Amino acid sequence: MSTQRPKDLLRVSGLRKHFGNQEILKGIDLTVNPGDRIAILGASGSGKSTLLRCLNFMETPTQGQIQLSGQVIGSERTLRDGSIQTTYSERELIRVRQRIGMVFQQFNLFPHMTALGNVMEGLRTVKGMSQDAAQTKALEQLARVGLLDKASDYPARLSGGQKQRVAIARALAMEPELLLFDEPTSALDPELVVEVLRVIRKLAEEGRTMLLVTHEIGFAYHFANRVLFIADGVIHESGTPDEVLKNPRQTRTQAFLARHNEFKF
Amino acid sequence: MWAYPEALLAGAAGTLRIFVICLVVGLILGLLVGLGRYSKLRLAYIPASIFVEFFRNTPVLVQILWFYFAMPMLMPFEISPLMAASLGISLNSAAFSGEIFRAGIQSLESGQWEGARALGMSQTQAMRRVILPQAIKRMLPALTNRAIEIFKMSTLASAVAYVELLQQGKLIASIHYNPIEAYTCIALLFFIFLYPLVQSTYFLERKLRQSD
Repeated sequence: MSTQRPKDLLRVSGLRKHFGNQEILKGIDLTVNPGDRIAILGASGSGKSTLLRCLNFMETPTQGQIQLSGQVIGSERTLRDGSIQTTYSERELIRVRQRIGMVFQQFNLFPHMTALGNVMEGLRTVKGMSQDAAQTKALEQLARVGLLDKASDYPARLSGGQKQRVAIARALAMEPELLLFDEPTSALDPELVVEVLRVIRKLAEEGRTMLLVTHEIGFAYHFANRVLFIADGVIHESGTPDEVLKNPRQTRTQAFLARHNEFKF
Repeated sequence: MWAYPEALLAGAAGTLRIFVICLVVGLILGLLVGLGRYSKLRLAYIPASIFVEFFRNTPVLVQILWFYFAMPMLMPFEISPLMAASLGISLNSAAFSGEIFRAGIQSLESGQWEGARALGMSQTQAMRRVILPQAIKRMLPALTNRAIEIFKMSTLASAVAYVELLQQGKLIASIHYNPIEAYTCIALLFFIFLYPLVQSTYFLERKLRQSD
């Protein structure tokens, strides 16, 4: 097959997600190009985390299409009423998740493994690397996040910031093409936020493709080349950081930013 | 009482044999039953549930007697006292430990599943590498109780005249008319077996807690 490789890495169209009767995402269209750093903002309950979680299928989309490097994920079937139903095989999703890494708000480190063990786990179990090769690679990743000296510590012995950096190293080790950050600093004490943001900034400087759901608006401004403001399950406003964060056109975006800046001094 | 060391030795060997068989079979079968009860697949969930409810809600002694006296009338093979007793105790234990496994697996926060799946692990890999090791650690006190229970349930095998400690004690008591001495000795022997066993699991629990 000689289909031309499309420029975009991820293309989302008409993405919807229901939880029971509640519609959380109401039709999201989004294109992610290689090297994009996209910050996703929005009030809690707006659907921004759900959007991120649909992209690596932690949640199964109710409707819509997701393409990764031009390939549609899942198999589509047109129903009698003309609507399209997509079914996903676990095997395909496993392959997708190996290409799209995720960092969680609550870290989700494995408490029964050391920091090194956590980073090695995916390399050993999923990629089937040898013990030695996995260890070498895992140590490199821990060095990248500045935690080489904590390699043999269990998560319970680490601070929140250190845990999140191990989680980032764990995701990086898998060499994903796209990294998703779901409020990576929201569970941290304020003084620990910076060390995690520094690591994320460094990754941005390396040209990694990343999506970041965050409440750190100042960081979003410096980090992102594109900002999305989500409200009521749709992309309410999007553009460059200057457009969305300095000169928002929509009143809801303005109100959201005003609330965030209320106690600035 | 101590005039028959070989009788007591044979009894102890019988008790240990039935304990080991039932512990191994009970736990392995229990894990399978627990996974079945946790499964979303009806084909796994329904049989596992029927199994659990049946064996939890009938007495082990009745099951042993049924396997020994009733089953051979329905099926064309002989069954030894050891087999009948092992079947009864193992299946009962599998039902109880199945529930321990299910509860242990369910007690893990969903973030652990997500952390594993986000790395690209399959359901089975996540269960084996991430969920079960943590769940078993949490289940250890309950599983210890199960092991103690199995050890003591072995005395029920005397109902089908299987040679274990209680059976030998009964024999000695009836020959010498010394029930006080005989049954006290048997009780003490159980204590001597079980006490170190329980202590060693405390040690194991402490060792497993090192990562906390």
